[in-house]
Amino acid sequence: MDYIIDVLPFMLRGFKTTLWVFAVTAIFSIPLGVLVCLLRMSKIKLVSYFMQLYILIMRGTPLLLQIIFIFFGLPLVGVVLNREVAAAVAFILNYAAYFAEIFRGGINSIDQGQFEAAKVLKLPKTSTWVGIILPQVFKIVFPSLGNELITLVKDTSLVYVLGLGDILRAAKTLSNKDASIIPLFIAGAAYLVFIGILSYVLKKVENKMAYYR
Amino acid sequence: MLVVENLNKSFGSKHVLKDINLRVKKGEILMITGKSGVGKTTLIRCLCSLENFDSGSIRFENGDEGDNSIGLVSQSFDLFPHFTVMKNITYPLIKAKKYKKQDAIKKAEELIELLGLKGLEENYEFQLSGGQKQRVAIARALAMEPQYICFDEPTSALDYKLRDSVGELIRKVASRGMGVIVITHDREFAKKYADRIFQLGA
Repeated sequence: MDYIIDVLPFMLRGFKTTLWVFAVTAIFSIPLGVLVCLLRMSKIKLVSYFMQLYILIMRGTPLLLQIIFIFFGLPLVGVVLNREVAAAVAFILNYAAYFAEIFRGGINSIDQGQFEAAKVLKLPKTSTWVGIILPQVFKIVFPSLGNELITLVKDTSLVYVLGLGDILRAAKTLSNKDASIIPLFIAGAAYLVFIGILSYVLKKVENKMAYYR
Repeated sequence: MLVVENLNKSFGSKHVLKDINLRVKKGEILMITGKSGVGKTTLIRCLCSLENFDSGSIRFENGDEGDNSIGLVSQSFDLFPHFTVMKNITYPLIKAKKYKKQDAIKKAEELIELLGLKGLEENYEFQLSGGQKQRVAIARALAMEPQYICFDEPTSALDYKLRDSVGELIRKVASRGMGVIVITHDREFAKKYADRIFQLGA
């Protein structure tokens, strides 16, 4: 017990990193995913192809490599980002690609009649998307969105590659230093508790959207 | 007057609409009948700009030129399921016709009254019966004050017993001075409520 109290401050500092990488990615990658999705579905072929290429690269290479590339590779073309920004950019770009495809599936499952009703009622494009289509899409894709967010919590540990100390890295460091498995258990418990809370919140939001069928 | 002249439309090699000519006056009920597959729905979709046509014209004459709008009550009604009945009617008014919220609500209340939807203002689509959904779709279309309004198979999704109440509703709409175009495969219904019948694919 004393040992746990001893290592807790260090581990909590690691957990803070896990939390901010998660929060920043979630906040920015979802709107970006919507945007990528809409561009991906654009009637302008060039735009659509470009987005397909982007999605292919993001989903077709490991996130770990993408983080390394953005931090160590971009300086070669004159773009120097600090560790935190590089990590955030990599995560946001990567997750936006997955979200974009989730949204595309959602949009495709919306009845064509909804678009046509909006058109006959002469709704402007923005009102059609923001008011009619996307709210329905969000409800449809929400379970998949939640799935990705839970995966994201665990993916945050990849920031170790840039020397950022997340909770898993803190646990491994302590585990090696003290020849103890306890820090790893603490890390596991922290993930579990956090994802438990996240799942609860996701469920609450899902229930809130269940006001219509 | 809504004038359709020499309208042609093909899907690939299938020539669906061949030189269609028809006229609809305001306040008139025109029923379009014909077997399934003759292009009834395609014709209405052309009128509502949901489908492009290959040649011919759809235009407005005799002072109708200003606001050339055609409303639609589709077969599946296509209500917005995440909006209440009230918001289904007010949202297009606010977003497309730039109504103030209060004015939109006032207008919606009038139409809700007219169509006998009172008490259902806060309901969602899934809480409505087929007939109620249709009346909301009609209210939503009427709110936009189109000069012409199309009904795609208004009796098909409903209980047989509701047929006459739909007919009465359509008369009510026409009596507001709108030109009404109705697609139906129900000859009896057409005979009873139409001012004129247009037989497609005859």
